[in-house]
Amino acid sequence: MFLNQFLLLAAILFCIGVYGVLARKNGVLVLMSIELILNAVNINLVAFGAYWHVNDMANVSGQVFALFVIAVAAAEVGVGLALVLLIYRNRQSIDIDDVDMLKG
Amino acid sequence: MLALLVAQNIAFYIIAALMVVGAIRVVTTKNVMHAALWLVLVLSGAAAQYILLAAEFVAITQVLVYLGAIIVLFLFGIMLTRAKTGNDDDLDNKKSAKFIGAGIGVLLLGLMSFSLIDGFKDTEFGDLTVQRTAEVSDSIFSTYLLPFEVLSVLLLAALIGAIVIARRD
Amino acid sequence: MFNMIDKVWIIPALMAASFLVILFFGKRWGTRATAGIGIASVSICLILSVVVAGNWISRVNHPPTGAALAADIAAANGLTPQTGETIGEEANAATKDSGETVTTDSHASSEEGHAAESGEHGGEHESVPPVVRTVTWFQIGGMEFEMGTLVDGLAAMMLITVCIISLLVHIYSTEYLHGDVRFTHYYAFLSLFTASMLFYVLSSNTLQMLMGWELVGVCSFGLIGHWWEEKKNTDAALKAFLTNRVGDIGLILGVIITFFAAGGISFNVLHINEYALSGNANTTLLLVGALCLFGGVTSKSGQFPLHTWLPDAMAGPTPVSALIHAATMVVAGVYLIARLYAVFFSGLAIGSSTFHYVAFIGGFTTIIGGLLAFVQTDLKKVLAYSTISQLGYMVMALGVGAWTAGVFHLFTHAFFKACLFLGAGSVSHACHHTFDMREMGGLRKKMPVTHATFLVATLALAGIFPLAGFWSKDEILAGSASGQENAYTIMLIFGLITAFLTAAYMGRAYWMTFWGKYRGHAHPHESPKVITVPLIILAGCAVFLGFTNFPKSFFGIKLPGSVTTRFEHFVEPTFSFPPLQHAEFTPWLAIASTILAAGGLFLAYQYYEKNRGPHGLTSRNKVALAGYTFLENKYYLDDLYTGVIAGSTKGPIARAANWFNQNILDGVINGIGFVARKIAGVVYVFGDQLIIDGAVNGSGQGSEGAGQLLRKIQTGKVQQYASILFAGAVVLAGVLVFVV
Repeated sequence: MFLNQFLLLAAILFCIGVYGVLARKNGVLVLMSIELILNAVNINLVAFGAYWHVNDMANVSGQVFALFVIAVAAAEVGVGLALVLLIYRNRQSIDIDDVDMLKG
Repeated sequence: MLALLVAQNIAFYIIAALMVVGAIRVVTTKNVMHAALWLVLVLSGAAAQYILLAAEFVAITQVLVYLGAIIVLFLFGIMLTRAKTGNDDDLDNKKSAKFIGAGIGVLLLGLMSFSLIDGFKDTEFGDLTVQRTAEVSDSIFSTYLLPFEVLSVLLLAALIGAIVIARRD
Repeated sequence: MFNMIDKVWIIPALMAASFLVILFFGKRWGTRATAGIGIASVSICLILSVVVAGNWISRVNHPPTGAALAADIAAANGLTPQTGETIGEEANAATKDSGETVTTDSHASSEEGHAAESGEHGGEHESVPPVVRTVTWFQIGGMEFEMGTLVDGLAAMMLITVCIISLLVHIYSTEYLHGDVRFTHYYAFLSLFTASMLFYVLSSNTLQMLMGWELVGVCSFGLIGHWWEEKKNTDAALKAFLTNRVGDIGLILGVIITFFAAGGISFNVLHINEYALSGNANTTLLLVGALCLFGGVTSKSGQFPLHTWLPDAMAGPTPVSALIHAATMVVAGVYLIARLYAVFFSGLAIGSSTFHYVAFIGGFTTIIGGLLAFVQTDLKKVLAYSTISQLGYMVMALGVGAWTAGVFHLFTHAFFKACLFLGAGSVSHACHHTFDMREMGGLRKKMPVTHATFLVATLALAGIFPLAGFWSKDEILAGSASGQENAYTIMLIFGLITAFLTAAYMGRAYWMTFWGKYRGHAHPHESPKVITVPLIILAGCAVFLGFTNFPKSFFGIKLPGSVTTRFEHFVEPTFSFPPLQHAEFTPWLAIASTILAAGGLFLAYQYYEKNRGPHGLTSRNKVALAGYTFLENKYYLDDLYTGVIAGSTKGPIARAANWFNQNILDGVINGIGFVARKIAGVVYVFGDQLIIDGAVNGSGQGSEGAGQLLRKIQTGKVQQYASILFAGAVVLAGVLVFVV
């Protein structure tokens, strides 16, 4: 297997995630797209980790970092959904383009 | 020679294709519930890829945390915001925004593919060996102890933050 | 006595622990426990500080010798053999060579310098290196960052000062803030402040000083805005914080520049000082570094032109004003100069140039602060301007090379100014929380203890013999008259004018508050013991502390050397410290300044108590009125800052950007679109009409269109920002991949 297989898969997922973040209006869907991006990163990390593990058996940094990213993602979804709920409660809608009180 | 691990390669491409399709559906479907279900596909695909990469612990964690917890959170979020159960045409931004998003996505993908192919050409994995959970735990609790502790504080902060933000006063 | 000097980190750590305990348990345990924890920990700190000072004194009396001395010097420079090696390994050969030769050279030269210096002073005492204890904080890029404590006379003196005043303020506040809504919050901040201030004065390197500096700034912010329900208070807190930010930029730059000026190997204070003295440092870098550091001093220590936050900071509770905005935090800047004196000394050529920036700013500040104090009707503001003026005095003293005089004034001033502030608080406590002197008067009968202590502190501030202020002020004047090779006559004049002004405005405040008839509507009564006892202690300090630096020869009276100039003997550093000449006691100056001070008090008495002299001058004389208005508006500095500087950066830049959007960008974009459309219609319209029309209409429509287009950048819509972000990332990545 080539390293690039995984890296390119990750790149594709990442870009789909970016598209989702930019094109979706629904707050929950935006959060899902962010999950796609984070997963793409994780695939990268694990792929590189596996690659390095072959040379240095004691090195599992890739996995460790992926685990950290998963934990951060959990925190992010928790807070993100709390925000979405708050927005929903205040405006009966979770369209994030309605939330533009920082308009210049 | 190593590249001829036919079974693994076939598995990779099938799973990768499913993941890409799933991801595209996540960002295009008109039904929020469906989006969550497509996301399940992508996430479990990722778990399968981790197994292909011999990273078992992350694969299991992926299933437990993402499929077990995060997806459930998303479903709760969808239900608590009383999303339409059927199709909803009002999930996307304007055409122009979608166009810009697509443009940026494609450009980014082009750039990344170029540099990846240019940079790693046909680097192969060596003989993939299983990264045992014991090694992972050793690493977390020695080399990465401090980040680990910081992370627990972060989770605590997120917990408190989520409660403070979402509770009704 | 056990050796506390090695474990001095316990003192700030104890206060930090007190902060955490109060923060987390204060509300649950109630106000009594909160205050108790605070007072108990400050008391322990005070005891430990006294032990530290005792250790230091015995160290000066019995200086280390031989191997112990060498070890201490190595520790003091932060260049223990193993650190030297790591640095050497990581750095390239050239830096290594220069670094090593330089350090050895500086050792040699500084020791020679000290030998010469002590020779001049009749072998007073030899070089005593400060006690430095460090641990490695973190390592990055082969650089080892240390965290540690540095104890010398200066640090020990500051420790004691901070602890005493903090303790008294803690005690005083139990009554003053009795029943306050945020009592625990207040005590938590007091503890945090004390901890940060102690951390700051014990810092062994400039990075640590920077941290302490910022921490005390945060506490100051939190305590000025203690009663944040009133807009006025939050504004004052914000103003203090933002004004200090301006100076902090200078400090950060100064720390970085001095690091590089000192060879770029260590942030260690003593190392920087040695390097600055050794003559190997780049003088331009030192000059710029000293000026940047002085920027920090300007804001924190309320020097002109960044002093404007200090009077507004009086919005905080009065004990806070006493502790933070008079006695301790605001002298952090003065302490910075004193601590990094070699940088200022070499960078700005103190003593060898005839005009000196630091001294001039200090002298100027003392006069403008003194003048402003005359037009204030708010008792605390009078004291605030007085603080500015006195801080100017200290800075001026350091600027003319009278190090000991400046630091000594810092020491004495802390006590009598704290006494004045706490006295003002006591008065206001009795008068329905007003500070307006027009609603006071005649309080001396009703509040005898407050009156007596206030009077003592006033006289001390005015510099009347034999109170503390007399000795320190006199040393400053003597230092500017005859300290270094070049006398600073202009500073002497500034100093004498201020001596007069100080006495006069303090006389005004005193007579308006305590004499005449009571003009308010409350029923003033003496404050309880919790308030008066701290006042009495501080007044006692104001009486006696001046004798700690009794001159060698006072009008011909020669006391034995073991009792004279003790402060100078123990506090003035003898290690990596520039060779300063010490001014002797000058009888004619002492007499002149005392006469001026007495004259000031007398004039104030005549004018404000006896109502003699040209009253109503401001309503009759246009010049006087103009002067009064000028002072009332605080030299229009606030208007300059908010109106001109802030206004111009907000208004015109926004307008310019808008104009650019409207006319240029819009014009270009719409113009292009418009022209393209016109070209399609080129068959119908020809020549002139096309071009002129196109240009005119194009610019009109263009401006509108571009305005619309660019306005959209500021939509507040997250996703548009995100697309710009990602587009930017694409562009940057493209540049990195294809161009670089």
